[in-house]
This record gives sequence, structure tokens and C-alpha cells, in this order.
Amino acid sequence: MSNSNGLQSYFQFHNVDWSAMMSATWETVWMTLLSMVAVVIFGIILGLILYETRNKPGIGYQLINWIVGLLVNIFRSIPYIILIILLLPVSKTLVGTIIGPKAALPSLIVSAAPFYARMVESYFREIDSGVIEAVESMGATTWELITKVLLPESKPALIAGATVTTISLIGYTAMAGAIGAGGLGNLVYQEGFQAYNNTVTLVGTVIICIFVFVVQFVGDRLVKWTDKRTL
Amino acid sequence: MIRFKDVSKQYHTKDGGLTAVNDVNIEVNDGEIFGIVGYSGAGKSTLVRMLDGLEAPSTGEITIDDVNVAKLSGSALRKQRQKIGMIFQHFNLLWSRTVLDNVSLPLEIAKVPKAKRTERAKKLIDLVGLSGREHSYPSELSGGQKQRVGIARALANEPTILISDEATSALDPDTTNEVLDLLLKINKEMNLTILLITHEMHAIAKTCERVAVMDSGRVVESGTVFDVFRHPQQQITKNFVSEEFTTQQGDTTMTLEQLVKKYPEGQLVRLVFHGPQAELPIVSEVIKRYPELVISIISGAIHQTQEGALGSLDLQLIGAESQINEALAYLKKMRVETEVMHHE
Repeated sequence: MSNSNGLQSYFQFHNVDWSAMMSATWETVWMTLLSMVAVVIFGIILGLILYETRNKPGIGYQLINWIVGLLVNIFRSIPYIILIILLLPVSKTLVGTIIGPKAALPSLIVSAAPFYARMVESYFREIDSGVIEAVESMGATTWELITKVLLPESKPALIAGATVTTISLIGYTAMAGAIGAGGLGNLVYQEGFQAYNNTVTLVGTVIICIFVFVVQFVGDRLVKWTDKRTL
Repeated sequence: MIRFKDVSKQYHTKDGGLTAVNDVNIEVNDGEIFGIVGYSGAGKSTLVRMLDGLEAPSTGEITIDDVNVAKLSGSALRKQRQKIGMIFQHFNLLWSRTVLDNVSLPLEIAKVPKAKRTERAKKLIDLVGLSGREHSYPSELSGGQKQRVGIARALANEPTILISDEATSALDPDTTNEVLDLLLKINKEMNLTILLITHEMHAIAKTCERVAVMDSGRVVESGTVFDVFRHPQQQITKNFVSEEFTTQQGDTTMTLEQLVKKYPEGQLVRLVFHGPQAELPIVSEVIKRYPELVISIISGAIHQTQEGALGSLDLQLIGAESQINEALAYLKKMRVETEVMHHE
């Protein structure tokens, strides 16, 4: 393939292996969605811990808040490409391999969950303290406050935050792909970069963009649908 | 019965101690509407938060039917809180829930089965006059309607006490009156004790039997609303009473100082009548007795309190000082409350 120069190299569609493209797309989608589900669950749990232990009297609460806060801050500040490499042994232990989409999941979750957790904590803090006190004065337990006030009252924000996080996860999957996790990132790196197939690069880019737009659209719709503040 | 006994609350801040509530003694009888009036920062909200067990008093004790609130914790405190309904200035409704679900929330927390919850919530929504809006969200309601939802929600667990914490302060005058009428209605129908916290004397006059005036954490004056209105003792109480009298004059909402400035001549006096005196021709008697005095009426108002009507009349007396003093003495003899507004 000597057509690596010139703009027409983007449009050599006969050079695209469409079945490989399809399976790479599928890998990217499920890597993203699976890690998104895990990130939302862990992020909400961590966010709740941060919120509930914040400014509470008692050394136990302060210690938990400090430890969780520290871990969140550490993993949030490690660049993703380094985090993947750092967690290779963890992936090996957890999923038995360091190659393929499954191997990327631990690092995807560990990198995005702390990011989402900080967002979740801030959403809970934005809830009107008067509303929380009103429900407390009805005799609610902490668990009832979480399930009846914190989560429902911050639902649109939680969804909006999950949308942003998912979109950055899509970016991470591509990065993970470059070092062997599969998906579109892997395909574009191997075919597009190493084999100079610019058409594969272009098609991969378009598919990723469509995926991002779909996620954004669905997220926006869900936010609008769940937000009953403005009707 | 609610009893505050020698209650004080100190906060420790970076700049030293702060006394939010100072040696307060109040007793509220069952089925009574009791008012606590004061400007913001007077300690009213702290008092309420302590009554609800959200904070503990530094010294003294608060008892509800002889149960010391500060001694309760965990599930006993949560049970106690269910006996107290609260309504708030900013309503504090959950925007994510419909009217019906907002009113059902306290019942969910009290573990009432769903069918019974819905039935009771619907009855309450009907009571506060919001039938047909069960499935609206709070954002679709006006301020007055939101407060009605707040009241229905507060009544859900059949409390014995309702605390109204500045519940009408964010509402316009008409809506305020509607909400106050609703409070009077539920007080009578359900024999509910209502503690009305406000900075508006109007709300107190309209609903309460007794009132305590708070200033800087202390109760500076208390008694029946009728007496406090007639013979305000403390300056702050006089301010509250006169605010109420002046703001009732429709578009001429002037403070005493503004009145004095506008009518610099002679002497301004405010007469307060109550009960049978209102029917005596006192003013025309003054005009007859002191023909040299020029008397002009500046404004007047009548206020309905729970014990009867109170009238106020602002007069400008122009003439010799001796005549004015005699006229004032005569008014005093006729047992009309007179307040002389001094020129600064």
C-alpha cells in the first residue's frame, strides 16, 4: 500500500476490513458501557461516603473521609496511560489477562470512578440543606435520606455527570486500545498508524464521534426527562 | 404542653462565644396558637431547632408533654419528630416528587402501608384546598400552593404540634392571609398546637392568642396578643406593633419618622382603641371640648385579633401647647391608649 501520501489516502474504502471495523466498534462500545456501569456504581458509593463523612464529629468519620479523599485524589491525578501500565499486574490477577478489552476494565474503572465520585459529592452538597433538614425532622434515617432525598433530588445532575464521565471513558478506551486492549483505538493504531491506512483512521474517527454524539444525546434527553424543576 | 425552661444556647465561634438563646422560659398550652416574634438573628430559629432535637440546648431543658427532647436519640428521637409537623419559609418540598408523593413522604418514613398512605395524603390535599393538583410537581405551583403542600405534608403523621417557621414570610399579603386562615382552620378542626415563628406582627395579630417577643436571644416581653398590642412595654415591641399599624394603611406605608417629617406642625398622636371604646364618640368630644385645637385625621386602621377588634387613629393636633396637653390628658382619662410621636 503505497498510497500513504495525499488527501485521497483518506478515502480508499476498499482498503477497509469492515468486519474487523465492526468487531472493534463493538469492543469499544461494550468496554465503555460496562465500565460506565461500574464507574457509576462505585462513584456513587464513594461520593456518598465522602459526603456522609464530611464535617461529621468523631474521629472515625474523619479518618474514613481522609483515607477515601486521599485515594480519590491520588487516582484522579495519575495520567491514564501510566495508570494502565501501573495496573497491569492487577488486571492479570483480576481478569487473568493483560491483553484485550477485559484487561482494560480495571484501569478504566479505577481512573474514572474517583473522578465521578468527586462530582457526585458536589451534587449532594448542592441539595438545599433546608430540604434535608425538613426530611430529617420527619424522623428519617440516614438510609431514607439517601434513597428518598439525596439520590432522587440529584438525579439529573448524576446523569449529566455520568454522561461527561462516559465520554471521557470513550477517550480512555482508545488509549487503552493502543497498548493492546482492542477496540477502535487498537484498530486505528495498528491499521491506521502502523500500516499507514489513513482510511481506517478516518472511519474509526467518524465512528467514535458518532458514539460520543449518541451518548451525549441520550444523556441530555435523560437529564431533561428527570428534571422536574423547570417544566 | 411545650415547656422551655431556662433554655440557653451558646455557640463557640472563632471570635469567641455567641449566645443565640438566652435564658428563655415559655410555656405553650395544648391547642393554642402561640406566636414568637423577633427580627432575624433574635434566636427564634435556634429555639425551633432545639424543640425539634436538631440541636441541644447548652443549659436548661425543653419538654414536650414532660418528655425532655434533648435526652432523646436514635429511634426515640425519630418517633418524637413524627409528632411535630414543620412548615418553612422556603417550603422545602422535594422537587423530584409530585404533590401526592411529597405529602406521602412522612408516611413512607413512618412505614405506613401504601394504600393507606395514598388515602390519607389525598384527604390532606383536599383539606388544604389542592384537590386536582395531586400529580403536579412543586415547580408547577404558586408560592401559596407550595405552602399548602407544605402544610398537608406537615399534617401527614397526625402531629400534635405544628411549627410554622416564617412560613408566610416569602408570600404576598393576600396569600399570607389565605395561609393564615388555613392555619386557623386546622387549629380549630384538629385541636393542633401551633407555634408560629415570624417577624410579621400581622401574622401574630391574626392568628395567635399569646405572643412572646424576642430580641438578641431573650424573651423581652410576653402576654396575650391583645395586651401586647395595647400596651407594648419594650421599644422593640412598640416597633413591631407600629409596623403593623403603619403597613396596614394601603399605599401610604410610612414609618413614624416619615409621618413626623411630613406633618411638622403641631403634635402627632396615635390613638389605639379597643372593644367598647371604639363605639364612643371620643374624637368628636375632644373637638367640642377644645374648640381652638385644629385636628386633622392622618390615617386610621382596624385590626382583627383573636380577642376582638383594635382600632388605631393617627391625628395631627395644632394649637397652643397647653391645649394639646389637656386634650391628651382627657384622652388618657377616657382610657384611650395614646402615643405621642415626638419630633426628632
